[in-house]
Amino acid sequence: MTTDLRPPESDPEITAVTPELERDAEKADARRGLLIAAPAALFLILFFAVPLVIVFVYSFATRSSTGLTLLEGWNLESYRRLFDPLVGEIALRSVMLALATTVICLVLSYPLAYYMATRSATVRNIMLVLVMIPFWSNFLVRTYAWRVLLGTEGPLSQLSQALGGEPIRVLFTNTAVLIGLVYGFLPFMVLPLYAALERMDWSLVEAGRDLYATGWTAFRKITFPLSLPGVIAGSILVFIPTLGAYVTPAILGGAKTTLLGDYIVSQFLAARNQPFGSALSFAVLAVMLVATIVYFRTGAKNL
Amino acid sequence: MANAVELSGVSKHFGDIIAVDDLRLDIGDGEFFSLLGPSGCGKTTTLRMIAGFEYPTSGSLRIHGVEMGLLPPNKRPVNTVFQSYALFPHMTVEENVAFGLLMQKVDKGVIGERVTRALSQVQLAHRAEAKPTQLSGGQRQRIALARALVNEPEVLLLDEPLGALDLKLRQSMQIELKELQSRVGITFVYVTHDQQEALTMSDRIGVMNDGKLLQVDDPQTLYEHPTSRFVADFIGEINLLTATVVDATMIQFADGQRAQAKTGGTAGDEVTIAIRPERLGLHALEEEAPTGRNTIEGTVTRRIYHGDVWFYDVHTAAGNLEVKEENRPSVRRFDEGERVKASWNPLASTVVVD
Repeated sequence: MTTDLRPPESDPEITAVTPELERDAEKADARRGLLIAAPAALFLILFFAVPLVIVFVYSFATRSSTGLTLLEGWNLESYRRLFDPLVGEIALRSVMLALATTVICLVLSYPLAYYMATRSATVRNIMLVLVMIPFWSNFLVRTYAWRVLLGTEGPLSQLSQALGGEPIRVLFTNTAVLIGLVYGFLPFMVLPLYAALERMDWSLVEAGRDLYATGWTAFRKITFPLSLPGVIAGSILVFIPTLGAYVTPAILGGAKTTLLGDYIVSQFLAARNQPFGSALSFAVLAVMLVATIVYFRTGAKNL
Repeated sequence: MANAVELSGVSKHFGDIIAVDDLRLDIGDGEFFSLLGPSGCGKTTTLRMIAGFEYPTSGSLRIHGVEMGLLPPNKRPVNTVFQSYALFPHMTVEENVAFGLLMQKVDKGVIGERVTRALSQVQLAHRAEAKPTQLSGGQRQRIALARALVNEPEVLLLDEPLGALDLKLRQSMQIELKELQSRVGITFVYVTHDQQEALTMSDRIGVMNDGKLLQVDDPQTLYEHPTSRFVADFIGEINLLTATVVDATMIQFADGQRAQAKTGGTAGDEVTIAIRPERLGLHALEEEAPTGRNTIEGTVTRRIYHGDVWFYDVHTAAGNLEVKEENRPSVRRFDEGERVKASWNPLASTVVVD
């Protein structure tokens, strides 16, 4: 910015920049910044922060015998219920599923991202578009497609039977949910990994080879550690949404495989227990926040 | 003893592009050898083939008599100092230097000892715990050197290692590198496009252009007796004059003036003769040039003051001559527009091929 902050010289009062003037200019700058950020900030406050506060308040409220939420008799009962073995079981199942999804996504995405990052610019861009094409159709529709694919009458099952095998009974199991989640979140892993590998200085890998490392060791000691920011970003982008996933388990999962997202929704709707649902939501939020911070901190230290 | 590096008919093609064309070169044990040429001349590709990052399309590459063939870089007794240093950013200086020894499964205690020695050799023992990003350009350069030398390679390959440094630092590093090389006695193969750098440090220099090795000689011979127009032009300032061969020891310029030169050509051939600006002297027209020297008449078209020297542009029948005269009271100064005689010792000129 080259804006001249000095008033015209004809002004006899002030002739130079003073600390006061500078402070005023800074304040004006801050006000302008606020104005630019205002629309987005307002939206977030109205539709994110305020509901969050409501959820937080509700989590301390009382549920009436008819399922209404009474904004009185504030208590910690809902939080106490978090230690219920059933909640623990559901949470553990959700965490395991989210972990499995993250790990499988990582294992599948890394070679793909590596391949993409080492191609010519043209091939890269074509592959990037291919990775993003699924986003162009609705997530719900794509998940329903898996229902057809994985059904006992579906093409996979028919193929298995045609080859003399058993019909495939995978739909409405944890495996089906896992397949659906991996499918849905794969691009979220591929893209940050690709970004990290694409920035990679390959002369470092050559230096590793030059210093007697085998191809595999050079990957382990140099390529992989240097791509860690991508691994971390991708893992967070996959783990967090899958931990609270609702749509995929609802469509592909069975009745016996209640997950956190499912369970929270059922508290708000079927069980009509808003305080407990709120406490659950808040607990998940807090745990994820802490986990993310820890993950980022340790990740940053390694670089 | 076998040569440190032997390239016999080595070529490298990238698709239709011939990066290196039938290279034949022997580099002696303990030699400081430079590959000099403009960017894209194939010097870096040659270095990368010795390192094992690229494999020759044809030809044979031996290190101390052992055929390298398709051996990967980690199986070759060479180490590289990269242009951008390629220090591992996620490791400390110490870990960087220890990397090669660790990979060779050298005993832990020995590693510590050798790393310490290597770091003190480049005067950076006190930065062992630092990350490469915390170091200055010159320090990084030294660490890259230590990281390679700690492995005591049979040949050290250096790819324009001083390119990223500023002039002052580059000059002091040139001297440091040369001293280090004679101290450790390892064969250095040094790639550069900077002729001054190559002249300062090398035992021998190979000049490359368009994938071909044009001339291999010690710095003095290369500078004084370039064999081709390209080498003459690429290294230092030089005057190139067109003349016709009269006989084995005589040439004739367009205006009929004759000059002595070892031609090696047949009468009537057109040749190019090369003379360094500092080998030319200027005289007034009426003055008699010292006996035995060739002369050519011309007019001073420009005079430039450089402090220690004066540069003259002299227009002659054979072309423009640049003359470099020392700034001393005993050397006469000429004005622009003045008619002069330029003279040179016949031995100071070289007939070059195109």
